[in-house]
Amino acid sequence: MASQHIIELQNVTKYFDDNLVIDNVSFYVKKGEFITFLGPSGCGKTTTLRMIAGFDLPSEGKILLNGKDISLLPPNKRPVNTVFQRYALFPHLNIFENIAFGLRMKKVVNTYRNEKGEEYQKVEKLSKAEIAAKVKKALALVDLEGFEKRSVATLSGGQQQRVAIARAIVNEPEILLLDEPLGALDLKMRKEMQIELKEMHKRLGITFIYVTHDQEEALTMSDTIVVMADGVVQQIGTPTDIYNEPANTFVADFIGESNIFNGTIVGDRRVKFCGKTFDCVDDFERNEKVDVVVRPEDIVMCTPEEGTIKGKVISVVFKGIHYEITVQVGKYEVVIQSTECRKVGEVIGMKIPAQEIHLMKPKYTSNVFDGVITKRNTVEFADGEFECDVTQLYPGSHIDEEDYLVTATGEQIDLTGTEVTVEVGLYDVSISDDEEVGGTTGNIISIIYKGDHYRLIVRTDGEDEEDFVFATDDLWNENDRVSVVVPKDKIRLTLKNTEDKKR
Amino acid sequence: MKRLRFSRKTLGIPYAVFLLFFVVIPMLVIVFYAFTDQENHFSVMNFAKFFSDPTKLSTIVYSLVIALITTVCCLVIAYPVALILARSKMKKKSVILMLFVTPMWINFVLRVNAIRELLNWIGLLGEANYFNTILGMVYDFLPFMILPLYNTLVKIDNSLYEASADLGGNAFTTFTRVTLPLSMPGIMSGITMVFLPSMTNYVVSDMLGNSKITIIGKFIETYFGSDWHMGSMIALILLIVVFTSTMLTGGFQSEENVRGANL
Repeated sequence: MASQHIIELQNVTKYFDDNLVIDNVSFYVKKGEFITFLGPSGCGKTTTLRMIAGFDLPSEGKILLNGKDISLLPPNKRPVNTVFQRYALFPHLNIFENIAFGLRMKKVVNTYRNEKGEEYQKVEKLSKAEIAAKVKKALALVDLEGFEKRSVATLSGGQQQRVAIARAIVNEPEILLLDEPLGALDLKMRKEMQIELKEMHKRLGITFIYVTHDQEEALTMSDTIVVMADGVVQQIGTPTDIYNEPANTFVADFIGESNIFNGTIVGDRRVKFCGKTFDCVDDFERNEKVDVVVRPEDIVMCTPEEGTIKGKVISVVFKGIHYEITVQVGKYEVVIQSTECRKVGEVIGMKIPAQEIHLMKPKYTSNVFDGVITKRNTVEFADGEFECDVTQLYPGSHIDEEDYLVTATGEQIDLTGTEVTVEVGLYDVSISDDEEVGGTTGNIISIIYKGDHYRLIVRTDGEDEEDFVFATDDLWNENDRVSVVVPKDKIRLTLKNTEDKKR
Repeated sequence: MKRLRFSRKTLGIPYAVFLLFFVVIPMLVIVFYAFTDQENHFSVMNFAKFFSDPTKLSTIVYSLVIALITTVCCLVIAYPVALILARSKMKKKSVILMLFVTPMWINFVLRVNAIRELLNWIGLLGEANYFNTILGMVYDFLPFMILPLYNTLVKIDNSLYEASADLGGNAFTTFTRVTLPLSMPGIMSGITMVFLPSMTNYVVSDMLGNSKITIIGKFIETYFGSDWHMGSMIALILLIVVFTSTMLTGGFQSEENVRGANL
């Protein structure tokens, strides 16, 4: 039912200057739920929250509140209140005045009766007594009774946090927005506040929209989680759904620990990875390449004879409630979480129940770019210039001494400026920390371990901001600056339009 | 051999000497002159003469009024400028701020002369002495108001404005309840920087007011030509007036904080 959607985003896109930060996002928030926007920093979760609060306006698309378009409404006209990341308490006001700030500006319609007994209405500000009572109640709700006269500077971080929450909820908003409110608190305090916020949500019965980069926090507190990355919603679901059925490898890697492998479907509900064939529950076409995700706690250890796969334990780490056991299976590494301990060097067998093998369509199969052939028969794409073999564009052609392409029929063609589509395979890219070596430079923006190799994404730092996705055996760090190397014979070119520049 | 060590005390000696010779002793000399007569005998004659002379009293009131108007004009002009500059996301805002401040680096007398020529050209010189004096003072002291205001306004965290809007504040209430109280320190130091100099800066009143406007600074200068004792007494009284007004503004400022904390 539409009326139960307190907030609905319809195809919302946001640019800051020319940077795309939110890319065509649509979802809805149900009335009364605790929803969390989860994602790494820079994924657009805070911007989404700020658009709901009204601090930023969407470049395209609509935001609906109870079915009404509020996209361009200023923040003071919206029935939402925000708990800011760094609290944003007013330093010139004491705790009472901070909390009363919104109440003092609030106008209510009061109904009176005149001498004749007729009712009439008056728009009034809240009386002093009403304000004092509401502030007192809000302070009690956050366990800060008696703090009215204190100044902001005398409070600890946790107390300021509570004041910020009280200041927001005292206005009885329909939605409470929380922008990483626990980020500045220490671990113990954070855990306590998580429980308190959850309690508060139950008691107040209003909608909470929460922003965090902490996956554990999101799993603990939320009714619904919206996982975001690169300004795009990756998955929406309950914590259980998101954890157990991640929609793609990004979600699987970001939430919880995961073993991620490349697999191939070899039959009806049969998938091959780690060199063995497993039963699975997801239905895919035969021979389709898939990403396989297995949670470390879902792998069952057994004797080598019983196991579908077997391998040698290469490390055991005690993690408090479980052991993290890394097993070498052929060339793959498999991570297991178990309460049982194993010795390093021991050979063990492993089974994976069919319902715990999560298959998903790989997001990337190859890299495709728009390129232009330059003077020296090189191709320019992704903010760089690469050597390539242009003769592949015309079968049977060769390059003459003057650097012109001569086709099989003897025609001379100047390819300079020709637009081409460039395709580079996932396994044909390599990177180097020597910036001079490769055709273009960029930063590593994502690393996912896939059992026997890493899948990296490098984003070029020119104005094209293209992403190279590729596999590598070497371990790199996120945000490393690297140059991208593609061998001459691995660059596949196809002509974009047939109008060639002829000599 | 004993090592030479500089404690904080020894490092402070040059400043103490400086203060002694250039602040304390001159002050004592002024006090001495103020309370002596021509034969260097102790006397309170100058004090009595000052307060029995309506011209002298009216001059001090007159100076106060001119300084007050100058300060208010500066504040009214400077605040919007500082606010717009502090809140704009413009990359070149430091250049614009610089443009407002650059006149401070040009010789003061030259600037006043330039205004004088301008007023002469449009025919106001000698016609509107009062207006001209105020105009010259506002022009001269404006940067001293803009700078402290800009410095406090630029430090106000943007999230405070957002919090105010979030809690239901419109542009006006956000200004009166957040921007204005938080910029109070800037307003106060701006007032101090403009109000006090404009009471004594007789160069402006002389050159632009066609010597028809006499402010207290001019008065002191005239007396030091003939009667050092009376001059010193006026200087001393001015010092007390200035001191009191500083105390008042300072007191006002802390009172503002107390008010905020008590309400």
